[in-house]
Order: sequence, then structure tokens, then C-alpha cells
Amino acid sequence: MLTTWLIFMPMVGALLIWFLPLRSLVQAGGLALLVILAELALWVGAAANFDYGAAGLQYETTSVWFEQLGVSYKVGLYDFSLWLAGLTIGVSVAAIAYGLWVGRERPRAYFGLMLFLAGATIGVFSAQDLLVFYAFFEAMLIPLYVLIGIWGGPNARAATIKFVVYTMVGSLLMLVAIVAFGLQKGTFDLTQIGTSDSLAIFLGFAIAFAIKAPVWPFHGWLPDAYREAPAEVSAMLSGVVSKTAAYGFLFIAISHFPGPTEDMRDVILTLASIGLVYGALLAFRQPDFRGVVSYSSLSQMCLIVIGLFAVNDSGLNGGLLQMVNHGLISAALFLLAGCVERRTATGDMALLGGMAKGRPILATVLIVVGVIALAVPGSSAFAGEFLVLNGVFDRGWGWAVVGAVAIVLAAMYMLRAISAALHEEQGPAVHDRQRDLRPAELGAILPLVAVLLFLSFWPAGITDHSFDNQPADAVSTQFESP
Amino acid sequence: MIDTPTIDWAGLSPYLVLVVGIAAIMLAAVFVRGPARNAAGAVLALATLAGAAAAAIVLYTKDETPRGLIADALVRDRLADLTHVILCVTGILVVLTFFRERDSVERRGDSYALVLSAIGGMAFFIAANNLITLFLGLEWFSISLYILCAITVDRSAALESGLKYLIVGSFGSGILLFGSALVFGATGEVSFSAIAEASPSADTALLVTGLAMLIVGLGFKASAAPFHQWTPDVYEGAPSPISALMAAATKVAALVLMLRFLTTAFPEDAELWTITLSVLVCVSLAWGNLGALAQRNVKRILAYSSISHAGFLLMPIAAGNELGGTALLFYLIPYAALSVGAFAIVTLRERELRQPVTLEGMAGLGWERPFHGAAMAVFMLGFIGLPPTGIFIGKFYAFSALYERGWVWLMIIGAVFTAVSIAYYLGIVRAVYSRPSRLALAPAGGSPPRDLALDVAIVAALVVGVGTFFAVDPLVNVIEDAVSSLPYPF
Repeated sequence: MLTTWLIFMPMVGALLIWFLPLRSLVQAGGLALLVILAELALWVGAAANFDYGAAGLQYETTSVWFEQLGVSYKVGLYDFSLWLAGLTIGVSVAAIAYGLWVGRERPRAYFGLMLFLAGATIGVFSAQDLLVFYAFFEAMLIPLYVLIGIWGGPNARAATIKFVVYTMVGSLLMLVAIVAFGLQKGTFDLTQIGTSDSLAIFLGFAIAFAIKAPVWPFHGWLPDAYREAPAEVSAMLSGVVSKTAAYGFLFIAISHFPGPTEDMRDVILTLASIGLVYGALLAFRQPDFRGVVSYSSLSQMCLIVIGLFAVNDSGLNGGLLQMVNHGLISAALFLLAGCVERRTATGDMALLGGMAKGRPILATVLIVVGVIALAVPGSSAFAGEFLVLNGVFDRGWGWAVVGAVAIVLAAMYMLRAISAALHEEQGPAVHDRQRDLRPAELGAILPLVAVLLFLSFWPAGITDHSFDNQPADAVSTQFESP
Repeated sequence: MIDTPTIDWAGLSPYLVLVVGIAAIMLAAVFVRGPARNAAGAVLALATLAGAAAAAIVLYTKDETPRGLIADALVRDRLADLTHVILCVTGILVVLTFFRERDSVERRGDSYALVLSAIGGMAFFIAANNLITLFLGLEWFSISLYILCAITVDRSAALESGLKYLIVGSFGSGILLFGSALVFGATGEVSFSAIAEASPSADTALLVTGLAMLIVGLGFKASAAPFHQWTPDVYEGAPSPISALMAAATKVAALVLMLRFLTTAFPEDAELWTITLSVLVCVSLAWGNLGALAQRNVKRILAYSSISHAGFLLMPIAAGNELGGTALLFYLIPYAALSVGAFAIVTLRERELRQPVTLEGMAGLGWERPFHGAAMAVFMLGFIGLPPTGIFIGKFYAFSALYERGWVWLMIIGAVFTAVSIAYYLGIVRAVYSRPSRLALAPAGGSPPRDLALDVAIVAALVVGVGTFFAVDPLVNVIEDAVSSLPYPF
């Protein structure tokens, strides 16, 4: 029941915002913030009462949707999906708070859609039936389309069409795969459906997730969408929505298709390695701050996929930890990019520079996040990347070498972006009267940074409380009992 | 003493209610004058349709065994009853949409009578049990629609639409009739089940040619490509509520009859007609979706969308299995609701702007009228097949039926063209939520008064369109009972 609450509380909040006669930004945005904070409290309760020692699904709800084809509304949380749901809620809190502070136009539509997006994303992380999973996966698309299209930048139109068509092509192929998989097995219930050796069905799923993540070469939609979306929507998109794809790889493609995963491992690892290096190189050459974050996001998603497809304890743990890390990092970076853009009206690094002078808080926060992002030893991202590389090393040392090179590249692009914004000569777009981070902005971003620092001290907070501590066994038994 | 067939009056009750309703409306139009005439006609039409639907529901619940009516010329089974309910509810939504149509109030009595007549013809058509009643039903509803298209005689576009539909439609009917003649020539039978029995010993060339021509004739009515050329022009010119009637109800009638006719009369040639239909699916999907991309007029976009949906709806018939029957009926329900809803929004905008509604004309609707804008967005997203609308489930069922048949390739084609369709459906959503252009289309004569009837139709369309996403199980149970009586070849 609790999971159902987690999914539908934001959606009901969205309906309330749409139908109540709220007059102002503060009312609509305030209500949205209240709802998502209540959601956060609910999640904290769920995490506190979660039985980490027990394998299998918890907070489960099942009710028949239509019996003829064996489809039911079944939701619940595993230990690892609990963390991803928490990530979703945390990033949503930050994004909604930031949106309220910025004061988006047409607030009722805007905040309703943000809440709807949060609910649908939690739905993806908790669905235990293929069709329910698919419905939530598609439901994320609608609010994103509108949020980017209406509140986005000047080229938002082209960006949204590209984004939607790309993802829909993938997800429709996934629908074909779902129908085939479910009818073959006679049920769509993921806890009972078992495994399959069909390469075609596996590819139907894998391509959909590869587009959504994105994995090279399916990333064509990414730079435009991330650049044109409002900062906080980019934060949701890259921080949370992309994680649904990584989660899909882990939860459906890898665990239910062990044979094809084995067969396709080299292909997928190759593509992801190319994407890892390619994204990092492009991030290094981007002219604008958001471009850097966008392509680094491509690179990081490829790294997560590499970790997952190692399919061993270290790789899976690393992939999961890195999902949470990257979600927090990229959300924080996009929000910071938004803060910078609001002050200077540009993200063009040629026009920025010298912002650290007189703005100590902005400089400190940006540097802290940046340093974690480049995986400095001791940071949570370091822990995640180390586990990923350690895991994939077992599958061939070559993959690990590529990964290590990419980490060096990450340091290059991150430091370049930080210094281009904060240090060097004062750029033409920067003036002394532009203020430091305001308390509200800090209030949105700082919690994300705090969680990152916390995970830096205690990455085991996640890795020791996931997959019932035996990732490879959990995946091979479809998370039921090792 | 002439031997007369026994007539099952109870089984005929839905038709009788409709026919009596038509007469009542015509009489009311004679006796009631002025503005009350419109209200009287509408109320009578709604009551008649509700009565016919109620009669069909009673028949559905009371009697599960199929039986012939009037010497087996018609068949009464649960499939017919369920389809009658769908047609009547669609008719109710259309009447509500039509209520405040500004033109030709003088002829309003005739309009409602003709809408009922069209619905009645379709109801007759889908219950046809031999080639003669099939053709009679087809002509009955087609002639009503020809007139309805041109009912606003002061608009040349409407006249053009009616004339085009008349010519092309008659051509289609002609082909269908010719095909019937060939099938009769080959088998010596007119009754569907007798054709099935006689076909193994029949002249194959004659029979197959006849079958092909019958499929072409039905394809015309279902506006499946390549027999769709009339659709965009006719939908564009006809009064929008009538376009809604054609998009929703005609499609229901043509496709349900196609399912009944092909499975009952041609089980021997199932391989042949399923493959033929799968070709029609591909052509309809390609033509409808690609054609829609080039349009600016919203009614033309909806017309092409209806062509592409003909493709999706033919999929389950092409699958030729019982799951396909369930899929077809399930898909038709949200599809009909969304179609009427979308045309209702266009109707509303048309009355406001007093000119054909283009994408530019939709601009700003979402902000000026949040409810109507949001409804239009839901209808368009529903047509794509996104949750939470019933078409999502309909597509899922259609794909499942194809998978059971083993036609994964057709599923993939369906998926690809769904992706293409996103571009124009989202184009409408974008138009609804974009700002009005600088050449702002000022509403002529101020905003129209609130149209409660039309709003009710839109709400009902939303309720059906979204409700079918959630209440799948009860609906599927009803549909399964209805479609299980047909002899599926696969």
C-alpha cells in the first residue's frame, strides 16, 4: 500500500494543483513543495521501516488489472529500488524548490506537471508488472514533453520533437518485446515471469533503455533536450529520468535475460566504452556550461551501463551507487548552471569567468560538486567508479583501462568548466552587482550536496543495503531469494 | 395463405425504437416551431438513442444464444447488442455536439432524424446475416450520411463534401454489390453461413474475385487506404459533428461487420483474406500517418488520423483469432469516444472563429479555455496510444492478437508508424498550448455562449477514453462474451 501512496501522492497533488482555484505562483508552487516534502517524509518512513535483511519485494500491492492476459497492477520496492525512489524524490524536492524560487510562468500547469513526472518516475522504479512498468515509462514522457516545450529555451520545439520521437521509437519496440515476452510466459508479473533466452526480445528492451539512458550511439536527442529545458527540468531529466533506463537494464534486461546478456555483453560494453570516452571528449570541447554537464551525463550513463553489464558483485554495486551519485551530481550541476545563467543570461563560457570573486558561496558549492563529480579519491563518485572498474576488470582488463582513461578525461572537463566559470579574467557577461547564491537557491541545492558528502563518508550506506548484499545472486534469481 | 416468417419482435426492439424515434422527430418538427424545434428534436433524439441502447443492453443480459431474426436475414447475438450500445452512445455524443450548430436551424428536425437514421442503418448493417441485408444496411446509413454531409446547404464546402462522398461512396457500394453478385454466382447462396458451406465446391476464381471486391467495398466505408481518398475532403467539408459521426460510428460499423462477415462467410479462405487485410494495414498506416504530416487543417489531420487508425483497427481482424475479436471491440470503444471528443473541440473552435480551424487557429486554446485545451491534449495523446487512455490497452490487445498469430513483423510496422504519428498529434498539442500568432484570429462576434451540451459530450468522451484504461477487466469480460460466438479461423 505504501508504494501505491508513493506513486500516486504526487499525482493527486498534481490534480489538486490543476483543479483548485490557486491564484498565484506562491500558492501553486507552495502546494507542490508541500506535497513533495510530504512524499519525502513518507519515503523516509519507508526507508526506516524497510527490512534490509530480507530478500524480495516489500510494501507490495497487487490487484488484477485484466485477467485474460495475466496483467495486474503490481507494485512494490526492493532494497535497491528504494534508493532510486529516494533519489527521485530528493531531486524532485530540489527541482520544485528551485522552480518556485525562479518563479516559472503559468505555475499551476508547471508545478502540476513536475509532480506528475515525479510520480510516474517512482512508478517506473516500483512497477512489478511489465505493462505497468511500460505505462509509467510512457507516462514520464508527457510531462517532459510539455515542460521542455513550453518552458524551454528558444529551440525547445525541435528539441522536444527529437526527444519524444527518439524515446517513443525505443519504447514502442519495447512494447512489442513486452507483448512477446508476456504472452510467451503467460504472465506479465515480473516476479513470476522467469527468464528467457530470446535475443530478439532482449534487444527490444535493451534498445529502448539504450535510447533513454542514453548509450552511444543513441544519444542524438540528449544535447538539445538538456540545453533547451529549464535548468530544473534538465536536472530531473538527467538526474532521475535517465536512471529509469539504467534501472531497466538492471531490473529487466540483465536479470530476466541472462543468456542474451552474456552473448551481447561485448557489444554493449564496446558501445558503452565508446560512449564513455566520446562523451568525455565532447564535454571537454563544449562552449557552454550546460553542454559540459550534458555530455558528461552521457559519459557517466555509459559508465553505469558498463558496471551493470559486468554482472558481478562489484560491478552491480558500483553501477547502483553511481546511479545515485550521478543523479545527485548532475541535478546539482544543472541547478548551479541555472543559477549562473540567471545571473549572466548566458552559459557561454567565453563570456563567463571570474565569478568566484565576491561570490564565495557559489564558488564553494560549485567546486565541491565539481570535485565529487571528477571522482576525487574519498568522494562517493570515486567509490562508485572504483567498484565499476573493479567489476569490469574481471570481464577483461581492457574495459577497465578505457574506464580509467575516461576518469582522467572527467577531471579535465570538470576542471575546465569550473575554472571557466569561476576563475580566470572576469568575463563580459559577469558584473559585480550579480549576487551570490541566495538562501533559497542554497536551500534547493545544498541538501543534494549534503547527501553526496554523506555518501562520500559512507558509500556502504547504499552498497551494504542493496541486493540483499549478494548482487550477482540477486540478479540471477530475479531478486527473489538467493 | 402465404407462408410468413416468424418475426422476433423483442430481438428487433433496438431497430424499432430507432425507427419510431425518427418518425417522432419528423412529426415534432412539424408541430413545434421556432427555437423550441431544435430542443425538441435533440431531446427526442437523445431519448431514442438511450432507449435503443437500453433495449440492446436488455437483450445482451437476457439472452446469450445467437438467433436469426426475420427468416435469418439478421442475426441477434451479443456482438450485435454490444455494437448497438457503442453506436447509440456515439450517436448521443454526436447529437450533443450538434445541438448548438448555428447553421440551418430550420432544417434541424431533419438533421436529428438523419443522424438517427444513420445510426439505425449502421445498427442494421452490423447485424446483417446475408448479402442482401448487408447491402441494404450499407445503403441505409450511407444515404443518410450523404445528406448529412451537405445538410448545411448554405456552405459550398458542405455541398462539395456531400457530393464527393456520394460519388465515391456510390462507387464503393457498386463494387460491394458487384462482389456480392460474384459470390452469389459462385456459391448460389446469400446467407453468410451457407456461403461458408458452399465455398469448398464453388468456382474459386469467381469466389475470390467476389471476396476481393467485397473487401474493397467495406474498405471504402472503413476509410482504409488505398480506398480512403474521399476521407480528408469529406471530413473537412462536412459539419464537424457529422465528421465525428463518420469517423467514429461508421468505422465501428464497417469494422465490426467486416469481422463478422469474413469470419462467418469465408473461413475456407482465411489465409487469403487475413494476408490481404495485413497489406491494407500497412498501406493505411503508411498513407494515413505520412499524409497527416503534411496537413495544416485540423479536420484534415483528424481525417488522416482516422485512416491510420483504420490500419490499427484492421490489425486484430487480420490476426483472425478470438483475441483479435476482443482487441477490435476494445479498441473501438475508446477510439470512438476520442474521435467524437476531438471533433467536438474542433466544432467549438470553428464556431468561435467562424472559419476552418487550422493549426494556427488552435493557438492559445489551452490558455484561454484550460478545460477544452487539456481535453484536446488528452485526446491527441490518447490517439498516440499513451497511458492513461484506453487506446493504450487497445493497441496492447491488438499487438497481442498479432503475436498469437505469429505476425511480429506487423507489430513492428505498427510500432514504427505509431512513432511517426507522434509528430502530428503532438503538433496539435503544441498548437493548443502555443501563443496566438500575431495575426490573431479575433473571435468573430465575441466568445460564443457556454455550450453545456457540447461540454457534456467532451466530458463523456474523456470519461470513456480514460475510463477504459482502468476498467479493463469488466469491459473485456463483456466483450469476450460478445465476440466468442464468431467462428474464428485461427
